[in-house]
Amino acid sequence: MLVDWLYVAVFGVVGVLLAILPLAIVWLISPRGEYPQKLLTYESGVVPFGQAWSQFNVRYYLFSLAFVLFDVEVIYLYPWAIVFKELGAFAFTEMFVFLAILFIALVYAWRKGALEWV
Amino acid sequence: MREAVIPVSWILEIVKATLSAVAVFTFAAVFAAMLGVYLERKISGWIQARVGPKHVGPQGILQTVADTIKLLQKENIVPRHADYLVFSSAPLIVTVAALLGYVVIPWGKLGDWVLIVRDLNIGVLYFAAMSSLVVIGILTGGWSSNNKYALLGGLRSASQLISYELPLGFAIISVAMMAGSLSTVEIVNAQQDVWFVFKQPLAFLIFLTAAAAETNRVPFDLPEAESELVAGYFAEYTGMRFALFQLGEYAEMLAMAAMTTVLFLGGWRGPWLPPILWFFIKTYAVVFFFMWVRWTYPRLRIDQLLNLSWKVLLPLGLLNILVTGLVVTLAR
Repeated sequence: MLVDWLYVAVFGVVGVLLAILPLAIVWLISPRGEYPQKLLTYESGVVPFGQAWSQFNVRYYLFSLAFVLFDVEVIYLYPWAIVFKELGAFAFTEMFVFLAILFIALVYAWRKGALEWV
Repeated sequence: MREAVIPVSWILEIVKATLSAVAVFTFAAVFAAMLGVYLERKISGWIQARVGPKHVGPQGILQTVADTIKLLQKENIVPRHADYLVFSSAPLIVTVAALLGYVVIPWGKLGDWVLIVRDLNIGVLYFAAMSSLVVIGILTGGWSSNNKYALLGGLRSASQLISYELPLGFAIISVAMMAGSLSTVEIVNAQQDVWFVFKQPLAFLIFLTAAAAETNRVPFDLPEAESELVAGYFAEYTGMRFALFQLGEYAEMLAMAAMTTVLFLGGWRGPWLPPILWFFIKTYAVVFFFMWVRWTYPRLRIDQLLNLSWKVLLPLGLLNILVTGLVVTLAR
């Protein structure tokens, strides 16, 4: 069990090292030329005005809120999906109630217009 | 008095894990990225009545190798106003997150031995978690570039990926309910008689749509959207960093196709041919399907994209779980 996750950890570390390897080769052999225009942010050929780190559409925030709600729901569904065959009709009814409540939440968010892109 | 020594078996496991990691990553770089890009160019050429790459190697098969060598010689440019540390780490996050999913993919069977790095007992959940890590890389890349196109691409990508993760999860849960396990090997074994694509056709369609969206393929390629956002989140990336983003994207696509095969198309099962060959035939058939769709359909608008996920796929996925649960409970 622990060995399984050892593999995952080793995969992560080796993956980072292997991804750095070509970058190291580039660092060794790539040409370097410094002039101010090259380091400008690309903005379709005109001199960029202002920074990109500014306020952005609140819509993205609403979708992420709705996502958190349903993602937590999905996490509860995983263990249930494995064992519900043994637990029988009771477990199914329980989950039906849970899903029904969340479905009502989805309908509510829909009616309130949280899912509309403006 | 006990001494804190690492057991020999653990060192052996670390060596084995390192070797398999190098093997799997090399495999992904060659078969997912290089072959994937080549196939994409050939298939797009074929669909658009062109020839595609032809000159480097027989039928242009070495074109991607040449491109990689070219990219190795390019300078890594970091824009002056970018956040250097975050900017450099974004391509690494995307690549590693895409490759970590390969741990749980069963490539085939030799005798009784399943070709899998590690058969995690929460395999498909782990796979879904790793594939959603990609969004962190894309968002950091888009934000740290300090470029308006890149920021917009990154934000779109974040909202798209989180929206389609839910239907993807629902489709996986429907399959897990049928198989009674989250382990990829168990799921393939559960399809001994009938593939799940016939038992769960709706979940299959939902999974395929969500997989195309998760890998940013057309018609869901809004994060990149060449014609409006230049290249989206990787607009400022050059040379090898750009190549790492591409590697991550194609590795993710092959992983998604392999997972479609595992969940719905019976994994390595099939008559006559060896299991490994069957697995690759099915996986590349799904890859071909993704490419076919890409060169056939135009891009969706962002409101259409989010509507499809939240108002169509999400209720359908919930309904599918309820119907599956009802049928399985009644058939007990």
